[in-house]
Amino acid sequence: MTELSKSGAAVGEPTDASPAPTAFLEVRDLKVHFPTDDGLVKSVDGLSFALEKGKTLGIVGESGSGKSVTSLGIMGLHTAGQYGKRKAQISGEIWLDGTELLSADPDHVRKLRGRQMAMIFQDPLSALHPYYTIGAQIVEAYRIHHNVDKKTAKRRAVEMLDRVGIPQPDKRIDSYPHEFSGGMRQRAMIAMSLVNNPELLIADEPTTALDVTVQAQILDLIRDLQKEFGSAVIVITHDLGVVAELADDILVMYGGRCVERGPAEDVFYEPRHPYTWGLLGSMPRLDREQQERLVPVKGSPPSLINIPSGCAFNPRCPYADVPKDNVTRTVRPELTEVGSRHWAACHLSAEQRETIWINEIAPKL
Amino acid sequence: MLAYLIRRLFAAAVMLVVIVMVVFGIFFLVPKWAGVDIASSFVGKQADPAAVDAVRQKLGLSDPIYSQVWQFFKGIFAGRTYSGGGDVTHCAAPCFGYSFRSEQAVWPVLTDRFPVTLGLALGAAVLWLVFGVAAGVLSALKRGTIWDRGAMVVALAGVSLPIYFTGLLSLAIFAFGLKWIDAQYVPLSQSVGGWFGGMILPWITLAFLYAAMYARITRATMLEILGEDYIRTARAKGLTEPVVIGKHAMRSTMTPILTMLGMDLGALIGGAILTESTFNLPGLGRAVLDAIRNQDLPIILGVTLITSLAVLLANLVVDILYAVIDPRVRLS
Repeated sequence: MTELSKSGAAVGEPTDASPAPTAFLEVRDLKVHFPTDDGLVKSVDGLSFALEKGKTLGIVGESGSGKSVTSLGIMGLHTAGQYGKRKAQISGEIWLDGTELLSADPDHVRKLRGRQMAMIFQDPLSALHPYYTIGAQIVEAYRIHHNVDKKTAKRRAVEMLDRVGIPQPDKRIDSYPHEFSGGMRQRAMIAMSLVNNPELLIADEPTTALDVTVQAQILDLIRDLQKEFGSAVIVITHDLGVVAELADDILVMYGGRCVERGPAEDVFYEPRHPYTWGLLGSMPRLDREQQERLVPVKGSPPSLINIPSGCAFNPRCPYADVPKDNVTRTVRPELTEVGSRHWAACHLSAEQRETIWINEIAPKL
Repeated sequence: MLAYLIRRLFAAAVMLVVIVMVVFGIFFLVPKWAGVDIASSFVGKQADPAAVDAVRQKLGLSDPIYSQVWQFFKGIFAGRTYSGGGDVTHCAAPCFGYSFRSEQAVWPVLTDRFPVTLGLALGAAVLWLVFGVAAGVLSALKRGTIWDRGAMVVALAGVSLPIYFTGLLSLAIFAFGLKWIDAQYVPLSQSVGGWFGGMILPWITLAFLYAAMYARITRATMLEILGEDYIRTARAKGLTEPVVIGKHAMRSTMTPILTMLGMDLGALIGGAILTESTFNLPGLGRAVLDAIRNQDLPIILGVTLITSLAVLLANLVVDILYAVIDPRVRLS
């Protein structure tokens, strides 16, 4: 189990060391490590953020940066249903509406899953059970948390399918997932996640498996539903375009850590981390007339077993040699405030960043 | 669903005809081409040519092939009358001919033997399903622990040890050593308790082999299914672990197990030769073994047809169950 649960903190009671949080969702120094034959995989290695109700946080990063592991960690899905010897090692704190989830009774967290916090997965075809009808799966999701008969639950399911824009919901409810199109399946998945009015919705790459034409519809739907239900939303994606449309705040992850965090506008228009620059440079944009070649971020994501010492991004960073004394390869940079509610973890000084941004990066974007 | 059912039934009917043709080919055409005179097999070793000729006439073995095929079919589905060569014998449907040795009609011999084999196969199937699947699930959920290792070692033993070894061992211990049971086959119609006592060791012996295979398949399938996205979704909904495993994971795990069960049951109903001869059960397996020893072709032919039919039926049932379990099958 987790380190924290050994301390035996009661449900919802703040431990001595940490004051109770003020935000609706607060993640503090979250670490998720997986023991493997090759060594300890540090998928998430010290992540902190906070999220208020009615707001959307976009977590951005490439494959293996720890985005999905973070979301599964919040949902408690690393420890639920873990069989055998190899268990994920999770530490830190996850406060959801005043309850610390990592030290809470697993069965209490299970009851929160699906009701207070829900999740939309990347590929709705594989995330829905192929042998049960869409309706049966939504009805099941509702009845776990509501003591109602099947008829009532079915009415609720039809209502939700209608709400997410599925035509003829009373007929489609008896369809199987494979009888739906990709976009419809994701709508059904969203209907299932929202059936219990969750206060926290985590969308893990909600549009990656969908056609481009459908992506925008799904994003609109998520935004509309958030307004309607007033929930807190975390959108996890590698696609900056997705968070640009949805997010209030953006958190950029690299090698299991946050490298930049701030209001979406600031992160987009005044990014303060070379990795964010790289992400922006590799994104195709239609709003520029003269489009230069897209610039990929050189190299490949770091091994999460042997994370590079110093700044995890240093082997791929074009500016790794700018700070003096080889500091980027020896000292791990901490998040520092670079603007109002805007943090970045980088050894470059404010002036250096400003100069590089204005002279080298911004003109090319 | 109905269209699927009709398609399956039609396919099964076609298959049945093909099977009968192939069996006819194996038993009547191949020997003919190989230069073996079937008629002389019927009359014994020292027979005068006249007797052989009479048999050939009677069985119509010198008729054109299409006529022989037709008579063979007719015999199975409507009964046939052997009228060539003087005397007339009517063989009621389903007619597989007469045993070389006992001169009895084949069909009643088979129907006498069939319940024994059916009882053996079904009883063992219940045992191996319950224990095999349970062991497999337990192993998957306790992967890497002592439980998993233990179950898999036992499973390995079950797969590796031959029936006549485990069977004789169980007889030596429980029937002759401890004398707990009287390992004597008693028909169910005579005594339920006696039947049960006679069947329990064969059941366990046969089930041990199959349970081992089922445990391994269940474990592998369950481990694969537990990694599926929809299992994570089930947990994300807030379902309790017993529901996640028992409902969501088990339903998918059952699909390959069901396929195996159909095949295995079909094959076993054709005769569990090793088990039946180890425990001296008068089933189809014993019948076919004796028939092979005596070169009693009609009996072998009958058992071959019955076995094919059993496999065919089992496949049909599996196909239907498949469609019930997996909605995606109904479409294609």
